[in-house]
Amino acid sequence: MAEIRNLTLNFGPQHPAAHGVLRLVLEMDGEVIQKADPHIGLLHRGTEKLAESKPFNQSIGYMDRLDYVSMMCNEHAYVMAIERLLGITPPPRARYIRVLFDEITRILNHLMWLGAHGLDIGAMTVFLFCFREREDLMDCYEAVSGTRMHATYYRPGGVYRDLPEVMPKYQPSRWRTQHEVDRLNRARAGSLLDFIDAFTQKFPACIDEYETLLTDNRIWKQRTVNIGVVPPERAMQLGFSGPMLRGSGVAWDLRKKQPYEAYADLDFDIPIGVNGDCYDRYLVRVAEMRQSNRIIRQCVDWLRANPGAVMVDERKVRPPSREQMKEKMESLIHHFKFFTEGYCVPEGETYAAVEAPKGEFGVYLVSDGANKPYRVKCRAPGFAHLSALGEMVQGHMLADVVAVIGTQDIVFGEVDR
Amino acid sequence: MPASIEQLSALIGTVLGERVRRYASLPEELSLEVAAPELLSVAHTLRDDPQLSFEMLMDLAGVDYLDYGRAEWRTTAATVSGFSRGVNRAAAHTLHGQRRFAVVYQLLSVRHNHRLRLRVWCEELEDPVVDSVTGIWAGADWFEREAFDLFGILFRGHPDLRRILTDYGFIGHPFRKDFPLIGNVEVRYDPQLKRVVYEPVSIEPRTLVPRVIRHDNRYNPALQDLSPDARADVTAAAAGVPGAAASAGSAAAGAAAPPAATAKVAATAKGAAGG
Repeated sequence: MAEIRNLTLNFGPQHPAAHGVLRLVLEMDGEVIQKADPHIGLLHRGTEKLAESKPFNQSIGYMDRLDYVSMMCNEHAYVMAIERLLGITPPPRARYIRVLFDEITRILNHLMWLGAHGLDIGAMTVFLFCFREREDLMDCYEAVSGTRMHATYYRPGGVYRDLPEVMPKYQPSRWRTQHEVDRLNRARAGSLLDFIDAFTQKFPACIDEYETLLTDNRIWKQRTVNIGVVPPERAMQLGFSGPMLRGSGVAWDLRKKQPYEAYADLDFDIPIGVNGDCYDRYLVRVAEMRQSNRIIRQCVDWLRANPGAVMVDERKVRPPSREQMKEKMESLIHHFKFFTEGYCVPEGETYAAVEAPKGEFGVYLVSDGANKPYRVKCRAPGFAHLSALGEMVQGHMLADVVAVIGTQDIVFGEVDR
Repeated sequence: MPASIEQLSALIGTVLGERVRRYASLPEELSLEVAAPELLSVAHTLRDDPQLSFEMLMDLAGVDYLDYGRAEWRTTAATVSGFSRGVNRAAAHTLHGQRRFAVVYQLLSVRHNHRLRLRVWCEELEDPVVDSVTGIWAGADWFEREAFDLFGILFRGHPDLRRILTDYGFIGHPFRKDFPLIGNVEVRYDPQLKRVVYEPVSIEPRTLVPRVIRHDNRYNPALQDLSPDARADVTAAAAGVPGAAASAGSAAAGAAAPPAATAKVAATAKGAAGG
């Protein structure tokens, strides 16, 4: 009689469905997973250690590169932690701009997730649709910060600068005719807020398009319903947060429960799931995109009606303007000290958390009174989610591993840090 | 809305008594310290007591307190040649206090909507050991592996304490303060041996910006130009608006007062509560 043994399968680190550099060691009985052991750290860059060797402001850019699909939300937690220790509060306009861009980031992240998740389990078209809308949101990032991804836009005390009055425009080239350029530039005639406003007008119809492709799709449901079920108690035990927790039916969202910035003044709902499977988490994230769209519209209206400062007027945490720097001795000194030594943050520790698209992104910051952080610990939601992967895929088929990785919305920048 | 920090603190005082000690933190946060032998029983109570029910462990961080509070550049006294910019890399490490490693837990109660920070010090200086809380919060598994990998903190009772973030076969614990930022080894491909070889690093460590500690009088409550009554009011207000104080509470203050004044007031409140 033939000897029957379990097969050990190496999944990744170079696998298109591994969302980066995940190495999974799978122990399989036929097609059924007996045990899954994720090996991570292939993208470990030591961000937290690097942050200890630089003045506070110089690490904001590193935060973008943690979860590189929800850039500004990571910055947000970090600057919030610094602000708490400094005891400063950004002006209201800066708070609304942060909320605006947090929600743009949420849509960006969920579009990326939806496209990649769809592609992983066999839906090609939705990927192309999602990237079409992502392009517009990337343009918002570019208009406000000059870069499409790693914005470094939030600063302790506010945001780097106010929203621009003009949008960058496409130029005709070998690849784009004048006619096409005119079509692309139609929404870019006004300010950034006009552009965002136009986007929010059309975006609900785009979500309807994605839903037409997926929500009642028989294949989509076969691949996601009852896959990776997590009961609510277990989800809390495992430290889940964000859509992973809400998909299991726990109504927990920091934007509602522990509101930061301007969320307390905004009107939105928290979608939750019922069964805690991949399909429910899909529905939760799609519904979240609609809610984000709602929040963005409210922010646009508020920001149009309320001009004002976007940064605290405190010379220790913001540089003086160029004109002042060239005319006043004091400003020159401030400018020099700010960009070389930075500022000292009073001794203490804090934990600042935001509701990032993937869940609770927190920064535990310890300062010993120096111009550099003593310890920065980034609490990445994906880290807690991935640690439960083994438990979620146990007993499922090999093809479902891909569905579970997709539903966890894993990005290695934040898992490995 | 979360119950006030003072109420939560009093509640924990009645439930846990002398087993935990509160230590200074921002007025909108609650930080407790527990002795290492008491950790498991305290953690059990925090999770299971229906009034507390911290059912989630959000984060677990190792901290190495070596060289805490040590500046590389003296800012208070100048020599004849001015302030020295030189960073003395040969300087011996200094230990602030008696102990070096701590593990910090960030707990969250979804039911009552409150947070708590729990810190436990490792008594050992070299091979620190703490009890594992994986039996209480299953999510602690990877967080403890990370703290072991990066700081070398051992977790007694952890089911599978392997390295997690560093490379296979990595030597040392890179987030310790005495581990150089540039590392100890570098790798390159050796064409003769036809494999990747490890060698000691060939670069020199350097400090671009020295670590500077300035005793900034803006954060010294004794030097604030506020009357004692006003200071007491500010402290009470800051302590009375818990949890969301940083966003909602101080947001209201920020709207009422010019930003610079807000900064000052908030700093006063913090200083008074911390000291």
